[in-house]
Amino acid sequence: MPKIIYRDNEWVVSTNITVRDAIKKGGLNPETVLATRDGKLITEDVHLKAEDVVKLVAVISGG
Amino acid sequence: MKCRKCGEVAVINMRQHKLALCADHFTQWVPAQVEKSIRKYRMFTPQDRIVVAVSGGKDSLALWDILLNLGYRADGLYMGLGIDGGFSYSNVSQRKCEAFAETAGSGLRESGNREEGAPDSLSPDPLSPDSQAPDPWLPKLLTLSIPETYGESIPQVARRVQRGRGKPCSVCGLIKRHEMNRIAHELGYSVLATGHNLDDEAAVLFGNTMTWQVGYLARQGPVLPESDGFARKVKPLCRLYEREMAAYCLLRGIDYIYEECPYSIGATSIAYKELLAKLEHKSPGAKQNFYLGFLRAKESGFLNDHHQELSPLMHACERCGQPTTAPGLCAFCRLWVNAKT
Repeated sequence: MPKIIYRDNEWVVSTNITVRDAIKKGGLNPETVLATRDGKLITEDVHLKAEDVVKLVAVISGG
Repeated sequence: MKCRKCGEVAVINMRQHKLALCADHFTQWVPAQVEKSIRKYRMFTPQDRIVVAVSGGKDSLALWDILLNLGYRADGLYMGLGIDGGFSYSNVSQRKCEAFAETAGSGLRESGNREEGAPDSLSPDPLSPDSQAPDPWLPKLLTLSIPETYGESIPQVARRVQRGRGKPCSVCGLIKRHEMNRIAHELGYSVLATGHNLDDEAAVLFGNTMTWQVGYLARQGPVLPESDGFARKVKPLCRLYEREMAAYCLLRGIDYIYEECPYSIGATSIAYKELLAKLEHKSPGAKQNFYLGFLRAKESGFLNDHHQELSPLMHACERCGQPTTAPGLCAFCRLWVNAKT
């Protein structure tokens, strides 16, 4: 099952799901993160394979 | 998804532009957009000496990288604020800036795209050029430690003056603005560039609109013209989304501080950004339309009746000489005078 990692949180999603839907499964807005796989940026339409590990990078900052 | 320019695999899709790009084309597209903004808003020319306020975060380091690669003469200015937050926030930020400065310098040395000549001296006390390199045309990282210069960290000052309801953010902004102005002026920089992106600007615009702060709205823009004692202030990233800046750093291998300032947790500006991100998700381009529409409206005369707020009568501070809106001491100097008595 593909695994999604965001800060200290991890969740698994079903195979063949899109990155966009995988982000939403974690309760996140896709506009607020970037997705990387094996250290490389991927777009939100990519379908995930069972062995995929996707790390999300937060993009909102400031104060 | 394929890159619109070459058909290779895209790494980013910018829905507001209906544009997907591969890594190579995206890292060319971003500087081209910045150059467009610099020209459109007449921010500066290659003859200007620019100082970029760098925090170690993605936006400011990306901006410095872009300006150097576009061939502008830009030094960096890092201000140590003395914020720890349990993970040495200020120290880590400074190390990110220093690491970037070393790489940026060597990159330019290799590419040799600098002009001949020598800038003015850049090392008066309390500033210290980070680089020991004698080549005067390499970009320099200037560092200023607030605790070493003024004897107190930003959180200590905020606690002492009891300003900001337990958070040092307003004191931090005040001190940073004053010191950036001072350094730019004293070292002869004509332009002070900050890494504010479109999301930052849209959040500020949203906040000021919510409370109808007409004076602030009249002053908000990509360029704040120079005035006596102040360098011109510019925001070359103002048309780029925060998401694009993070992607640019990842693709360029710019190592920025990922952790937020510990005092930014729960900040109103972040709440506004999250709100605008929801709008953007539903309606791609919403943030862009909000901010760029505001700039167009301003240009066409909206807010023209607020010249007074835009250009209030300024006085020289009795202590530091910087312009201030009221006679006597400026807000920065009041921080210290009140403290010592």
